Amino acid sequence: MINIWEVNETNKMIEQENLDVRTITLGISLLDCIDSDLESLNNKIFHKITSKAKKLVETGEEIERNYCIPIVNKRISVTPIALVGQAACKKPEDFVTIAKTLDRAAKTVGVNFIGGYSALVSKGMTAGDENLIRSIPQALGQTERVCSSVNVGSTKTGIDMDAVKLMGKIVLETAEYTKDNDSLGCAKLVVFCNAPDDNPFMAGAFHGVTEADAIINVGVSGPGVVKKALEQVRGESFEVLCETIKKTAFKITRVGQLVAQEASRRMGIPFGIIDLSLAPTPAIGDSVAEILEEIGVEYAGAPGTTAALALLNDQVKKGGIMASSYVGGLSGAFIPVSEDQGMIDAVEAGALTLEKLEAMTCVCSVGLDMIAIPGDVPPATISGIIADEMAIGMINQKTTAVRLIPVIGKGIGEMVEFGGLLGHAPVMQVNKYGCQAFIDRKGRIPAPVHSFKN
Amino acid sequence: MEKNVDRTIITVVGKDTVGIIAKVCTYLSEHQINVLDISQTIVQEFFNMMMIADLKNSDKPFDQCAKELELLGKEIGVNIKCQREEIFNKMHRI
Repeated sequence: MINIWEVNETNKMIEQENLDVRTITLGISLLDCIDSDLESLNNKIFHKITSKAKKLVETGEEIERNYCIPIVNKRISVTPIALVGQAACKKPEDFVTIAKTLDRAAKTVGVNFIGGYSALVSKGMTAGDENLIRSIPQALGQTERVCSSVNVGSTKTGIDMDAVKLMGKIVLETAEYTKDNDSLGCAKLVVFCNAPDDNPFMAGAFHGVTEADAIINVGVSGPGVVKKALEQVRGESFEVLCETIKKTAFKITRVGQLVAQEASRRMGIPFGIIDLSLAPTPAIGDSVAEILEEIGVEYAGAPGTTAALALLNDQVKKGGIMASSYVGGLSGAFIPVSEDQGMIDAVEAGALTLEKLEAMTCVCSVGLDMIAIPGDVPPATISGIIADEMAIGMINQKTTAVRLIPVIGKGIGEMVEFGGLLGHAPVMQVNKYGCQAFIDRKGRIPAPVHSFKN
Repeated sequence: MEKNVDRTIITVVGKDTVGIIAKVCTYLSEHQINVLDISQTIVQEFFNMMMIADLKNSDKPFDQCAKELELLGKEIGVNIKCQREEIFNKMHRI
């Protein structure tokens, strides 16, 4: 039988160390909504989402009450809209009507984000894909809860550099379109390489075409719990350090597994995967950077950071995999700058640069995330940063992503406020040298060789 | 009520005072909630009690019991929390 010490340990994690389930994300397939008539398509989408997700928020809240575990977000991901909308949408403005439908559906069922305003163009773009991509600035500017992602590369296909070039421009246009809000639109736009079909985390969540009609995916969190556990083993060997992270990750993930199973049972929708991620928030004591500091680097970004992060990421997976029956999504430590107080402090101290962040993304999920840069950076430079990050994903057979926020009207060192979980961030310096000629080349980077690994 | 949600962990944390256990147990007995196990300790000078209770025959659903116990806690000046047992089993048992 459970004893008082075990009960106290669990409750201490929840009450003092910010243990929570970050998101229950309901994936909904919209493939059966496809229609060549735009109005009919919008109606079908609205109806499908609001009927499938009717009980999502209520179920999430019920589980919270039963176990006293906070479930921070209840969200929805849908089939990439480029696929769903191509038959009906002949111009970018047509796609914007779908974005508005998604927004309305999200508000109706009470979820805070809906992901899947997406296009998968890792090898090339159809006219429909391109229309969706071109509609992103308007779609994100005119909606509140819609999140967008574009997959521009994969290990199997290489990188679609035409899409990379276009995305540099689209990121800037989105920033411009939402400039009155510190370019907030860009916080809801992710560019991916090797995007997973079952990621529950925003802004990059979408419901892949390989998935069932509806599925429950859960993202766990708990950097604060790992940090507290590591405080107990200061100065100990790597063996002890790694064992501690593994055991803690196991416990955190088990809670996620319970929540996923319960949500699945209560809603009558199959359980998909648990995403084993350490997802920070701007709250004090809920930071991945603080774990790195606890491991022994003075600031995130100091020499040793990449090794510490690699170790952390791997142990989280090792502990979490045994705790869950199905693992998927992004599964790794997130290093978003604006959503992690320790990362913000590191940037302000001058310890953390864009280049070091890029190196860190080689060993963890997911990429250059929530980084504010000056709004006057040329589109080719943004495309260049995207291409670099996509190359890391392509060569290393991992998911990488870019979520940059060029803040219109702000310069290096100025603070940007996004609010809520999205946090705040100082505008970071970008390498001033250009790559226009590289980005202007047309076509794609070929898929890499899968042998001779070095 | 569903079979697998019978066992609930009730935790009581707060400043020690006369009659905490009595008041909680009175509430439980009034609503046909059976107590399976009680342990108590003092953590950092705070009264800390854990009960494993069986809500199988309870005349009120879980949510209502949890709310009423929370209110009772406020009257006594302690924090009372009800959680279904599975969260602890999942976390601490393989």
